[in-house]
Order: sequence, then C-alpha cells, then structure tokens
Amino acid sequence: MGMRKVAIVGAGITKFVRRAQETGKELSWQASKMALDSCELTLDDVDMVTMGTAPDAFDGVHMKGEYLADGAGGIGKPYMRHFVGGGTGVFSPIHGWFHVASGMADICLVVAEEKMSSCHPHPQGAFLTIFDHTTEQPLMPTLIWIFALEMNRYMETYGISKADIARVSVKNKHNAMDHPAAQIPQEITVEDVLNSETLCWPVNRLDISPASDGAAAIVLASERVARRITDKPVWIDGIGFSIDTAYWATRDLAYPRYVETAARMAYDMAGIKEPHKEIHIAEPYDPFDYKELHHMEGLQLCKRGEAARLTADGVTARDGNMPICPSGGALGVGNPIAATGLMKIIEIFLQLRGEAGKRQVPGDPRCGLAQAWGDLMQMGTVVVMRK
Amino acid sequence: MVKRVAIVGIGTTGFRPVTPDVSYRELIFEAARKAYTDAGIEPSEIDGFITTAEDFMEGYSIADEYCPDQIGSVLKPTQTIPGDFLQGLATGYMMIMTGAFKTVAVEAHSKVSNVKNVGELMGFAQDPVYNRPLRETPHAIAGLEMTRYLFETQTTPEHCASVVVKNKWNALRNPYAAFGADITEIDVLSSEPVALPLQRLDIAPHADGAVVVVLAAEETAHALCDIPIWIEGLGWCTDTPTLEMRDWGQAGYARLSAEMAYRMAGIANPPGMIDFAEICDEYSYKELQHMEALKLCKPGEAAAMLESGATSYQGELPVNISGGALGVGHLFEASGAHKILELVEQLRGEAGARQIPDVNIGLAQVWRGVPTATGAVAILSNM
Repeated sequence: MGMRKVAIVGAGITKFVRRAQETGKELSWQASKMALDSCELTLDDVDMVTMGTAPDAFDGVHMKGEYLADGAGGIGKPYMRHFVGGGTGVFSPIHGWFHVASGMADICLVVAEEKMSSCHPHPQGAFLTIFDHTTEQPLMPTLIWIFALEMNRYMETYGISKADIARVSVKNKHNAMDHPAAQIPQEITVEDVLNSETLCWPVNRLDISPASDGAAAIVLASERVARRITDKPVWIDGIGFSIDTAYWATRDLAYPRYVETAARMAYDMAGIKEPHKEIHIAEPYDPFDYKELHHMEGLQLCKRGEAARLTADGVTARDGNMPICPSGGALGVGNPIAATGLMKIIEIFLQLRGEAGKRQVPGDPRCGLAQAWGDLMQMGTVVVMRK
Repeated sequence: MVKRVAIVGIGTTGFRPVTPDVSYRELIFEAARKAYTDAGIEPSEIDGFITTAEDFMEGYSIADEYCPDQIGSVLKPTQTIPGDFLQGLATGYMMIMTGAFKTVAVEAHSKVSNVKNVGELMGFAQDPVYNRPLRETPHAIAGLEMTRYLFETQTTPEHCASVVVKNKWNALRNPYAAFGADITEIDVLSSEPVALPLQRLDIAPHADGAVVVVLAAEETAHALCDIPIWIEGLGWCTDTPTLEMRDWGQAGYARLSAEMAYRMAGIANPPGMIDFAEICDEYSYKELQHMEALKLCKPGEAAAMLESGATSYQGELPVNISGGALGVGHLFEASGAHKILELVEQLRGEAGARQIPDVNIGLAQVWRGVPTATGAVAILSNM
C-alpha cells in the first residue's frame, strides 16, 4: 500500500496495584522512563508524545491529559491525548501509528495511564454517569448490571454455562502467576468462581477484573529509525477501530459486531485472510471472563458460540494451539483501563521477540493481535503485529 | 504517497449564548448534515471520524459513547480527541497522510449552557494537590498572568480594552457571532472588576454551537470541490501544566506550535506571508500576547501594532475578523473550530460583509485555557 512501516522498539510497564502511592503523573513517568530505557533512548530523541487515559472521573481531574503531560514526557513537545473509553489502551498505538506512518514523527512515545483508586468510595461510581441522561440514568443502572445482561444473552444464545465461562478466569489468573506486574495472580478452580459472591446474576466476583492503578508505555519508530535502534523490531501491520450505536438497547448483545468490523479493517491492512490460522497468539480484552470468549468470536478466531469449547479443550492455554491472554489478561494482571490495553500490546511485543520469560508461548509465534473494547459495549480497537 | 490534505466541506450551527431548543446531539447533527452537503458526500462514504470533547464539559464519564449516531459513524472508525478541535484536525490530517484513509470528518461542539457551574468545573483542571486547595478561579490565574504580561511589555489595560472594542465590532458583521457590540474603551474599563486587571468585558462570554469539517486527500479533494482549502501547516504543543514553573509573561506553547507549523508550511517571514489570523482571545490580553508568540510582530510590540490599526478589518494583517472569542463567544473544545470556519469562509471568498479582499493564507491559533499551557496552530491556504 506504500505506507510507511512503523515498529514498536521499546516498552515499559509499572506494577498494577489496587492503591498506588504514586500520583498518575508519577506512574506515567515510571512507565515512560522504563520504555525509553529499554531501547536506550532519552526524551530528547522523542519527536511527539501521545497519551491514552480513560475517564477523567477516576482521577477527578478535568482535562486529565493536560494534568499528566509532564509525567508522560510531553512538555515542550507536540503532545495529544486520545480517548475511546475502555478501548483506549489498544487505540494508543493506533494514534501513535498515525503520528509515525503519516511522516509527522520518526519517534513517538505512547503512554497509557489509569489511576482508578482516586475515585471514592469505589471507581464503579464513575460509571454511573456513562448512561444516557434521559432514557437510562433514571433507571439507575450500574456497569455490572449491563454486563450481566450481555453475559446472560451470550450464554442463552449459544447454550453456554457459567462453568464454561469461569474457565477463562481460572486460566488467566493462572497465567498471571508469571507476570511481574500482576495484581491478582491466583491458582483457583471453576468452583471458586462459581461460589464467589454474586454481584448481579450471572456475574460473580471472580468473573470480574479488579480496579487497578498502573501505567504502560511503548516507543514507536519509523522503519529507518527502528532498524538503527533494535535488531528485533515488532511491526504494526494492521490497525482497526470501530464504534457501534450508543443506543445499545437496540443491538443484539450476543455478538460484538463492532469488534468484527474493527478486526476486518486490521486484517485487510495486514493482508490476513484466515485469522484463525494466521494469528498465532492473541490478547483480547477480558475485563469480564465471558468477554474473552465474546471477543474471540468477534475477532473471527473461532466460530460464533465455539470459544467456550476451545477454552475447555485447552486450545487457548499458554501451551495450546492458540494461546489467548498468555499475560494473564485484565483478570489476572489487573485492569487499569487504558494501561491494560497497552499491557496487552506489550505482551504481544515481548512474545514475538521471544522475551516473555516464563510466559513465553512455545512454537515461535510470528503474528499476534491485541484487542480492546469500550464505551457502552460499542467500541472495538484491534492491532495486528508481526516480527 | 499522499502529498496534501484539504478541507472540502464545512458546516456549522452558528453560535448562541443558550440553545434550550436543541440537545447537543441535535446541534452536532445539524453541523454534520451541512458539512456533508457542502462536501457533496454521504457519511457512509467517509473513512474516519473524529470528535473533540472533554468528559466533564459533556456531563458524561465517557463522552465518546455518544458521538457516533449524530455524525453518521456507526460501525466506522471513530475516536475522541479530548483536546481542542485543532488537535482533532491534526489527527485527521495524520490519518489521511498515512494513506489508509481518504476522507475524515472532524467534529467539535460546545453546549456550555448545560453546565451550571463552569468556574467550579474548570477548577477541577488544576493540580489536585498543589493548586486546587487554594480555590483559585481560572479568572484569578488569568489576572495574574495578565499583570505579568502587561509589566513585561509595557502594555496597558487601555490597549487590552481596544482589543475588546475591535473584536466585538468585527462580530457585528458576522452572522454566526453571539456577542457583537459597538462599544468604547471606556465601557470596557468601567465594567465590573473580576480579577484585576481583568474586567468583565475583557473576558470572552460563553457560547453554544457545533462545527463539522470534512478533510480529503489531494486527488479526492479535487474531485469533490472547486476550491479545496489546503492544510499547509500544523503545530501543537504542551508546556508545563505546573503553574509555579512556567513563564507567565510569554506564551511558550504558542511560540513552539507556531514554529512547528511555519516549518511545515515553509513560512520564513510570518507577517509578510500571513494575510489574516484568527487568534485565541479568550481574555483580551491573550490576543496581544499570542501575536507576539506567533511572531506576527516583535516581542512587546503587539499593542503598538494594534494602535496603528494594522490588525483592524482594513489593516495589513486583520486579526479576529470573525469577532474572535470576545465577539463570537468562547467555545471551549470547539474554539479552534470557529477559527477554521472563519479561515475557510474567507479563503473561499464566502465571508459576505466581512470578506477581506485578496486573501490566500490564513492562520488559526488556539489555547486550551487556564490552567493549561497547551496550544495549537493551523495554517490554511486556497492555492
């Protein structure tokens, strides 16, 4: 297509924790510094900076992107924030890709930060005002309430049980045991998930990722510059994003068509015809365990309603044929919204470079994918990466 | 490779102090419909969409959710840039320059009349640890900055009052403007003191409204319209968000973003090349401070240039011929959008009573307001 090639050349990530002592600025600084150090660059080498961070309501800071600018390394530089709800983290490299692929920048620092714990008494409160002020807020819905609707619809449509879905939580929390940034790595069983507190049926406590604080950062570079910086660049070969209608009650919640349109856009760009064969490893967004299955289907990694069986058969385990969320995902590593998406990008980056340590999947993966999802169950963001 | 990007369509609702008859979604829908008609394109034919919005101003924790329906971007690549419209425009420009998108629509709106307590809300933009406990209002911080600027440049409150008189008078000939008036410097100087030397009429009043712009790659632009308005230069920059560490007299963010835009547009001598400019005048002194940062005059000489009449509608370099924020109304995230609207109308020769004859290159500049030190610049041309 004659587009400028863009590579990821460095990455950094803070530990994901429930209540960080650091401010959002400091978390951003830690991740940015780590990313630059990993590829032996300094801020002087960086042309532009982009920041991904989700609702201002978490931090209670209006124009949060402006507030985080110095921590992220944006001072005195072209610095811009992007925001697509929960899909922000995987959109971050897409926004960075615009900067580099357009020729505006040769090196772009991409930072994602979330500090949810500032929101009292619980960050869920920030989600009370995501609903339509006229038609929905008077019903006082919560975030878990609408995911319970979606999970129930998904189970009902394909005849999937709660135990089928709980296996995702068991797998991801197990995978997270090997992730140094992980917040809640655990060895649990399906029974533990089913016996955990019911929050809003069919959603139990262990079906959900935790509230977290954390930050992540990557360095993007144009082809010429990337080859000077590293012997192992990981290329961004496809990007896709798509938003569905805000009137979510008019949609069939059983299938995420916005993920499908985003994925097809990314696959077209990357020249991928048969995703289930060509994608070796994937990090779909898993803030709830059923979402991993839902997203695998939207990403065309399996047929509709089939993802639960693949999980039960061990195909999606770290040593399976198609490892899904080998990092431990949002369920295991934690879910500081925007930083989670970038953590998934970083996992694919490390896996493709063969640098994932104890988490390394077997079989020398060459093509991977990360995906996030957000807003009112309506936004899909997808990035396809190759080594 | 894409070489140039043009604005091929633009639509607006105009700007009003209050809009109780329509929701923000209806405002956006009207602007979008007009922009797509202007460009002769259906939203289904547009490759990507950008909205610019900040959550707290919208009253939603995730304002991005409510963008797709009224701009026609359902199941299309769509994103929110929480920043000024000019930053959204820059993202749209970059999207097209990648080669992956041929057309992109960029939206911005203000429905500030829905916000009950704007001053308090803007207070939430201050550092929660160091500044917010002091309960400084944005105007108080701007008043301090104005004092410093006046001191460093020997500019007087009377000069600033002349900016207000000029811009409100310009706005009388702009049908989109909400706050046009024929007033005198005495009116400004005798208005209520807010945070001295800032007085009530030095501060841009708020307005509602929406603007949508359609961008296209060069070949597509030629196919879609007769007078594509080319994006020649773009710059955006953030200086420190820490109030205690910044230079209060000079607008460093505006200088850096202008330098980036001039470099891109190949402009070595800004006052000689730029025919007219739309400059952020959210506070009267900001127009003068920004003119200096943009190198449209030498440091400290903006007031003299204003006094000479060079920036009036008949001058060599008309500044804020639209009426600026003082005359049109302050539009928050949509500030850059009304400036681009003015540039496009002037460069197309469609500005009616306020048309400047023989213009080819226009400059738009914005600042994101207290407490930020973030700004952006765009340079457009019709050649």
